[in-house]
Amino acid sequence: MEPISGVPALIAMALKGPIIFGIVMVVVAYTTLAERRVSAWIQDRSGPNRVGPFGLLQPIADGIKNIIKEETLPATASRFFFILAPILVLVPSLVTFAVIPFAAPLPTPWGVVDMVIADLPIGILYVLAFSSLAVYGVVLGGWASNNKYAFLGGLRASAQMVSYEVSLGLSLIAVLMLAGNVTLTEIIWKQQQLGMWFALPLSLAFILFVISAFAETNRLPFDMPEAESELITGYHTEYSAMKFSAFMISEFGHMVTASAMMATLFFGGWDLPGTWDDAFWYQGQLISGFAADGSVILANPAWWKTLLTFAGFGAKTALFLVLYIWVRWTLPRFRYDQVMSLGWKVMLPTALAYMMLIAGTILTLDTIGMTWGFGYGLALTAVSGAATVAFVFFLDRGRTIAGAAAQRAQRVEVKTIPGAVARAGR
Amino acid sequence: MAIGVKVMHRPQPESTSYLRAALSGMALTFRHMVNPVKVTQQYPEEQTELHPRWRGTHVMETHADGRPKCVACGLCPTVCPANCIRLVGGEDDQGNRYPIVYEIDEFRCIFCGMCQEVCPVEAIHVGQHFENAEYTRARFVYDLDRLMEQDHPVTNLWDPSDPTGE
Repeated sequence: MEPISGVPALIAMALKGPIIFGIVMVVVAYTTLAERRVSAWIQDRSGPNRVGPFGLLQPIADGIKNIIKEETLPATASRFFFILAPILVLVPSLVTFAVIPFAAPLPTPWGVVDMVIADLPIGILYVLAFSSLAVYGVVLGGWASNNKYAFLGGLRASAQMVSYEVSLGLSLIAVLMLAGNVTLTEIIWKQQQLGMWFALPLSLAFILFVISAFAETNRLPFDMPEAESELITGYHTEYSAMKFSAFMISEFGHMVTASAMMATLFFGGWDLPGTWDDAFWYQGQLISGFAADGSVILANPAWWKTLLTFAGFGAKTALFLVLYIWVRWTLPRFRYDQVMSLGWKVMLPTALAYMMLIAGTILTLDTIGMTWGFGYGLALTAVSGAATVAFVFFLDRGRTIAGAAAQRAQRVEVKTIPGAVARAGR
Repeated sequence: MAIGVKVMHRPQPESTSYLRAALSGMALTFRHMVNPVKVTQQYPEEQTELHPRWRGTHVMETHADGRPKCVACGLCPTVCPANCIRLVGGEDDQGNRYPIVYEIDEFRCIFCGMCQEVCPVEAIHVGQHFENAEYTRARFVYDLDRLMEQDHPVTNLWDPSDPTGE
């Protein structure tokens, strides 16, 4: 099986981009519907069920409505940046999907087509770079609106997204160390070779990544930038019609990308249990594994494998999308100081310590000559499991995330102020 | 003079477990997500069952030959607290009084049901019906023909088997 090349490769590339972009946009649209329906079920309501069967045409109705609504431009807004901000938010949230592999390679008469738009050698770094660009749009939108609530929302977004980017990146280091590469196809291949998905051997990294991703995407319980009860809707207060819609699409696009990243990095991407679907380009050959003597076993790609793995990837992504929605409609918003204290005092030290722990464990396992495989994974699972239990134990003592009662206990009580009493008595 | 401040003594646990509270909350919302309590009535498909004494859109009762039962006695416009009934009475060559104009402005009406109570011949009734939306305000003034066309059940302001209330 040869990789596709020449003109057919260009055609395949020209087809993959628009198709995947279309699928992502449809998923984004239906995530908005899913959010409204699931939130309704959680609150014993019905949700939008009028447009089409089960409300399935609701996203289209929303889109049409947003297009034909009036665009407002505040008189005191900075016109150029006000229009630039939604673009700056929308583009990064959609381009990040380009590097995520979404199915096993597809065999065609002209060669094998990789089911990823661009298998960049920098992989995760590309995702991190673009996802952190989104904060500029948010900050710019908040500033250009010339509205104090929008401005506060933008400020909060900048502080929060920068803070959690640190722990997000650090939690990824463990994955990169274990996989030995930043290419997402190779990370999936390493998970197939390990015999288990990285969520098990790197459980604490997974937890840290999920929490950081929630903060990065500005979703509850970390939606300080748009905190409706305090800031109206934060940075997009002044936006209407399609510009507002662009902010919403980018929020949901970030959700979809983050869910796909969680699925890829920690749940094997398109990998399904068993070795029947394993495939990786190794020295120009598509292999499914190595035999005991070190020779390669050639992979046997088939269209039904591509289809099944694509369904598997979709199911994993949908699972995390439901988790996003479920958490949003359960947990109340953190206070701002709690968000910052969680980010800097809990997530950052934990991610650093965990990075050291995993590095030490990998070094030890390599030194004692353990081969890469299921036993290697089990050893890491034990270490990570212990770290996770310790993390949860210490987090659950009410030391860092505590209710108002614990805050009250930390407060210094001033019993008497002599001067004040004297003045009051006068 | 010290300012008195009322201090509310609430139970103050030293620390609460965020994780346990969050997980139990997630479990609760999950139970509702997979098995929502159905309380919403899907209105246009599922109709509300109206109470027998519901007072809604008016109905003018007719004789078997299609004439209105109304004898234009003028009691309903007199008793109407919202002044929404316009009645012009006439008399035919046999001396029977009948309404030439009988209009009810459903916008002004407060649906008290006093027209039905006061009617000596049980001609005008309030009905068990409320879906009377229109595109123009003029359409809310129901004339005699339109009142006679209404076919929804009328309201039982009192027990029909005991019309005099004894």
